[in-house]
Amino acid sequence: MPFSNTHNAMKMKFKADQEFPDLSKHNNHMAKVLTLEMYTKLREKQTASGFTLDDVIQTGVDNPGHPFIMTVGCVAGDEETYEVFKDLLDPVIQDRHGGYKPSDKHKTDLNPDNLKGGDDLDPNYVLSSRVRTGRSIRGFCLPPHCSRGERRAIEKLSVEGLGALDGDLKGKYYALKNMTDEEQQQLIDDHFLFDKPVSPLLLASGMGRDWPDGRGIWHNDNKTFLVWINEEDHLRVISMQKGGNMKEVFKRFCTGLTKIESLFKTKGHEFMWNEHLGYILTCPSNLGTGLRGGVHVKLPHLSKHEKFGEVLKKLRLQKRGTGGVDTAAVGGVFDISNADRLGFSEVELVQMVVDGVKLLVEMEKRLEKGQSIDDIMPAQK
Amino acid sequence: MPFGNTHNNYKLNFSAEEEFPDLTKHNNHMAKALTLDIYKKLRDKQTPSGFTLDDVIQTGVDNPGHPFIMTVGCVAGDEESYDVFKDLFDPVIQDRHNGYKPTDKHKTDMNHENLKGGELDGNYVLSSRVRTGRSIKGYTLPPHCSRGERRAIEKLSIEALNSLEGEFKGKYYPLKEMTEAEQDQLINDHFLFDKPVSPLLLASGMARDWPDARGIWHNDNKTFLVWVNEEDHLRVISMQLGGNMKEVFRRFCVGLQKIEDIFKKHNKSFMWTEHLGYVLTCPSNLGTGLRGGVHVKLPNLCKHAKFEEVLTRLRLQKRGTGGVDTEAKGGVYDVSNADRLGFSEVEQVQMVVDGVKLMIEMEKKLEKKEAIDDMMPAQK
Repeated sequence: MPFSNTHNAMKMKFKADQEFPDLSKHNNHMAKVLTLEMYTKLREKQTASGFTLDDVIQTGVDNPGHPFIMTVGCVAGDEETYEVFKDLLDPVIQDRHGGYKPSDKHKTDLNPDNLKGGDDLDPNYVLSSRVRTGRSIRGFCLPPHCSRGERRAIEKLSVEGLGALDGDLKGKYYALKNMTDEEQQQLIDDHFLFDKPVSPLLLASGMGRDWPDGRGIWHNDNKTFLVWINEEDHLRVISMQKGGNMKEVFKRFCTGLTKIESLFKTKGHEFMWNEHLGYILTCPSNLGTGLRGGVHVKLPHLSKHEKFGEVLKKLRLQKRGTGGVDTAAVGGVFDISNADRLGFSEVELVQMVVDGVKLLVEMEKRLEKGQSIDDIMPAQK
Repeated sequence: MPFGNTHNNYKLNFSAEEEFPDLTKHNNHMAKALTLDIYKKLRDKQTPSGFTLDDVIQTGVDNPGHPFIMTVGCVAGDEESYDVFKDLFDPVIQDRHNGYKPTDKHKTDMNHENLKGGELDGNYVLSSRVRTGRSIKGYTLPPHCSRGERRAIEKLSIEALNSLEGEFKGKYYPLKEMTEAEQDQLINDHFLFDKPVSPLLLASGMARDWPDARGIWHNDNKTFLVWVNEEDHLRVISMQLGGNMKEVFRRFCVGLQKIEDIFKKHNKSFMWTEHLGYVLTCPSNLGTGLRGGVHVKLPNLCKHAKFEEVLTRLRLQKRGTGGVDTEAKGGVYDVSNADRLGFSEVEQVQMVVDGVKLMIEMEKKLEKKEAIDDMMPAQK
């Protein structure tokens, strides 16, 4: 590149070991992987937009982590980050995504017709169904790094794209900074409103800058398709509804995303994607599909069974409380979703949720009747 | 400069209007001073270490401010910030520091012998304290400095402080290696500082890499304390129980002079200019960076209708004894100088000493149910 990054160049006056972070009390993916040799090699590099190694790792340095929960500890500032800093990010990705290798290819499949079943999850047990993912617009920096001008351009493009949706996807945009009290209350009641993050993990990455400028929420009139703009990613897309018809949720998800992508393409923009990493997002944990598909399901008996954790693991599913990550399950109701993001396609991941939840509900019914579930234990997927 | 700042140059692809922050809901000094024209003029500039206009203003953009309290909303990343971005900083300084002009000169006077009096009535004055900050020339400031720089600042500071003797002999406690016993003791002494929680400070970037290279040094007598790499490179505090502000100020001046002398032996100096005095991270602390004050019992005076007016005329401000934004308990107030820039250290501590002496006399009169109207001071 023609010009070096002044701030980063100035740091080169200090030796690598003088600048190397103290990670002795840290427990996150970045801290497990980053060595002095790696730091020495990458510290003078920058992406075309000027994102540096210290920018990548700042959140992981500032947040040593939790003894039980393994946080990622690094972010991308633009699409090139994953290339320029691959010596760090490849092992992070490998560790986070079940051994995914630098030479592996990721398959994208957003064809809802490829999902088998999924329309018959028992609504006596499955209270709601939801699928979410993220998308980044190629050519712009990501939330930890983007300027106000870029963020506003992303907002403008997104609002234009979403504004062209019709039929059951027709909807409205609510900019965070222009919301009326009534609109705000309605969005809170619908559980749609997002606010400035408080998590130090997110804030330390720089994604909270200039809040609430350029941020907003779009949803369709039916309140079944929702898009967050400029929160942790350029776009977060959510399809949801009450009950157990995951097939319909996924169909709307795929159709909506495909329409949005086409609208962007007519304006000469596309989503960040490559054959190795799939969809490129801010956090390495969301690479691939960026997809979390799940249900709120009543499993009061199964959740007390000693093999509950093992069943989930074999089905490649994870549990959370119904308040989201890090919350407790209330009244035996769990949020059950796919554990994987990268290395499986969207259809494959939602299929795992659909098949897995179907089995979990069967197990619950057995246990209700005092019957054993040993003969229906699944194999490792 | 030889190399451009990639990130900042990249933003120039967008027009100034597209990048200009939305300050419509903001109430801070930066938001009052920053216009689109100033933004246009300064946006492609950077200091030699690469600090940009957006770096200067980020904290003010992220923190719209308070309807009652006027925050500053901008910080310096290095000494040159105040020069490269003077078109923004000069009006902020003028507004914050009572009309201080770009052509004004600031007087530094750290000769404690120039203070007259200063032994206040211990029946009313519970404690006396003077604090300031210092920045080491040649390093960038906390919002911008790298880990390497911060550690170098820590190393230099420890070397200087550890060579102090006599009443200044003391010990350094790095935040990241503190034992629990040391931590408890420092908390009991009210010395310990922790990672800031204020979004005003966090948004400036000063807390990066916490607690790396941050620490507390204090003398064995616990009357002289230095914070390393918190909001400034050094924060220096002299304090003791009772009303002997003269002694507190003596120790303050002597200690600071000794520290400065040791730094000079290592070819280091403090950031200082004739116009801005001592250069610190926040524009509100320019000049002397000095806040000198007492905890004083004024249960009658504080209820008097003219309490505020007296303080204003004496150029003093009040706070609760928990510090800024706290309530006074039992009629005990923290009373300190309101000014930082445009008056010397001696002048500011003189104002505290003279002003508190007067306020105690007023308190005594009110105790005896006598009037204080004939004692009202002129505007200093």
